[in-house]
Amino acid sequence: MKVTKLKTNDLILQFTAKIVFFIIFFFSIHIFFAGHYTPGGGFVGGLLTSSAIVLLVIAFDLKTVRKILPINYMYMTATGLILALATAAFPIFVGKPFFTHFFDYFNLPLFGKTSLHTAALFDLGVFLVVVGVTMTIIQTIGEDE
Amino acid sequence: MINFLLFPILITFFTGMILIFFQKNIYLQRTISLISLGVATICALFVMLKVQRDGIQSVTFGDWPAPYGITMVADGVSTLLVLTSLLLTFFITWYSFGSIGKEREHFFYYPGVMFILTGVNGAFTTGDIFNMFVFFEVLLMSSYLLIVLGGEKKQLRESIQYILVNIISSALFVITVAYLYSIIGTLSMADIAMKITAINQPGIITTIAVLFLMVFGLKAAIFPLYFWLPSSYAAPPIPVLALFGALLTKVGVYAIMRTYTLFFVHDIAFTHQMLLIFAVLTIIAGCIGALAHFDVKQIIIYNIVIAVGVILFGVAQMNFDGLEGAMFYLVHDMIIKAALFMLVGIIVYITGTSDLRKMGGLMRKYPSLGWFYLIAAFGLAGIPPLSGFVGKLLIVQGGFAAGNTWSSIFILASSLIVLLSVIRIFLYAFWGEEGQTVQIQEKTYKQLYYPTVILVVISIAYGVGSEWVTPFMDSAARVLTNPSIYIEAVMKGAQP
Amino acid sequence: MEIVMAFVCGFLFMAAIYLILSRSLLRIIIGTGLLSHGAHLLILTMGGLGGTAPPVLAEGVSDFADPIPQALILTAIVISFGVTAFILVLAYRAYQELKTDDTTAMKGSGIDD
Repeated sequence: MKVTKLKTNDLILQFTAKIVFFIIFFFSIHIFFAGHYTPGGGFVGGLLTSSAIVLLVIAFDLKTVRKILPINYMYMTATGLILALATAAFPIFVGKPFFTHFFDYFNLPLFGKTSLHTAALFDLGVFLVVVGVTMTIIQTIGEDE
Repeated sequence: MINFLLFPILITFFTGMILIFFQKNIYLQRTISLISLGVATICALFVMLKVQRDGIQSVTFGDWPAPYGITMVADGVSTLLVLTSLLLTFFITWYSFGSIGKEREHFFYYPGVMFILTGVNGAFTTGDIFNMFVFFEVLLMSSYLLIVLGGEKKQLRESIQYILVNIISSALFVITVAYLYSIIGTLSMADIAMKITAINQPGIITTIAVLFLMVFGLKAAIFPLYFWLPSSYAAPPIPVLALFGALLTKVGVYAIMRTYTLFFVHDIAFTHQMLLIFAVLTIIAGCIGALAHFDVKQIIIYNIVIAVGVILFGVAQMNFDGLEGAMFYLVHDMIIKAALFMLVGIIVYITGTSDLRKMGGLMRKYPSLGWFYLIAAFGLAGIPPLSGFVGKLLIVQGGFAAGNTWSSIFILASSLIVLLSVIRIFLYAFWGEEGQTVQIQEKTYKQLYYPTVILVVISIAYGVGSEWVTPFMDSAARVLTNPSIYIEAVMKGAQP
Repeated sequence: MEIVMAFVCGFLFMAAIYLILSRSLLRIIIGTGLLSHGAHLLILTMGGLGGTAPPVLAEGVSDFADPIPQALILTAIVISFGVTAFILVLAYRAYQELKTDDTTAMKGSGIDD
């Protein structure tokens, strides 16, 4: 069977995707930091970010997206894992049980009184792992036509 | 150093992550994984000695008090198993240099091994029932990776079955934990053991015991639930098979052992009798399979099933001798199964086939391999003074003490069938007319031969030197027979 | 409410088992997804459905929902997400290699290469 390939016109999709990508991306960052004391966090944020990238993949194609974001997602996953484990393992060196978190309040310029928590570093690791794994899967399936 | 007991787990986990960055450089991957396995083994040895000297070690994550945080517990049982699995993986990794193939090495074989080891050791060490589920998933995910690695048609076909079985068993695990939580209201294993008697609802607890037997039985391959094991394990290459055969089913056995000595001790007449019946049926099923096949891999794979039955028979006795024998036999079986799979792998490599009927006469060319195989086979069957003997003796002694005379005699008789099934490989492959061989490289043969031989020597040492191992086994069996030691040690760790 | 949840779980399990017993690989995978959803709902129900406020630190709230089942479900969801993604990729690869997604035909695809 011969398939006649029509030239698809996704101008609107491509144009929208460019804008919506940033909206989703910034929203995912907001969700990531909201996870500090309220619902949200690295996992949801990571999924949102990867969905933003997937939107780009749908609007353009894998090759273009790889040119825009030249990231090796396997390494990204590994970095995230190391970051998460290192945060969890750090208390070993100060004689506390594994996974003990530390937090304190700081007066930062611009932000005012802010609470900083090592759990955020762990969450950043989770974020990287989720984005890395999801994108690896999408690339594996999407690579061959 | 309160965190010292975590080192064997953390080192392998960390190495796995590091190795992902060196995907292209095989030699660096090999060196790093061997060194870190060596270091982790030494750490595990020190943890074991420390536990033997100072009693059970425990650490609760995040500085929470004990029943609220996730506790990791190193007692006699877990440290022995952690040390054994690290030691075996060291030799299996060395063995895979010559046999796994460059393509797989490029594609995250070594990280897979490291992560599977993290999962296995974590499952051995954890003191929290849901955390055990998480570590089970860690080891299962890496086993999924290892079983499909290479992407041959047979691997793809069999791995789908393997993964589906494990997904369903994981769902059952979650459901069972949910039931347990709804009744007891806690997830820490020591806390559960403490509260389970106070709650006094024997009926529902027995139901949960049966559900746990199903969940862990699927992983440990006991009688009605072993159907997936022979075909799935035959698919991946030999080093992966050795790793799976030595470690994966044993995690299930350990979980049954732990839950049935710690939680479900209120209705032994029903639960442990059931365990005993399933153990005997498992041995029968395994024996039939081991005798029926002419494929060397299948013969040893069915011997895994037999060994699981023997160990669970020891657990079902619920007395000191039976449990000490089960521990002895568990460690013995991990070592000897890895050694046998590695030996069989060499035979398959030399002959180019896994069909016994096409082999023969290897004794003339490879005499030392033949003798080492014979020693390993005798060790598996439990001929004194080799390693299987002490464990089986104690298990049978425990069986007699518990009044299960006939089934104990049956266990003894089954050793003869085990011996027959592995001696068949010796007769077909090493004696008789010379069969087919393929051209092999001397260097690769050496790479396979040395780790295998050292492992066989370790198993001999384990059997002959069982006198020195006994104190460790004693302390393991003491924890198993007397759960209050475990509970007190964990709860005491709560208030420093 | 617990009764309704029990029926929902039972219905999910029923659908899951029906799908898993079918031949097509894709339906089996959807079945395993439903199975894990059922298991997650079961955890939620088993932990008790009481509690009006979310288990997040806030002032003046005493009637919290039990956080442990939620933590367990979150963990289980993440794990089942990973496993489902893995088996989807695997099924796709198997479909490419074996040219079928029918499990019976897969078994019967003869002696391997």
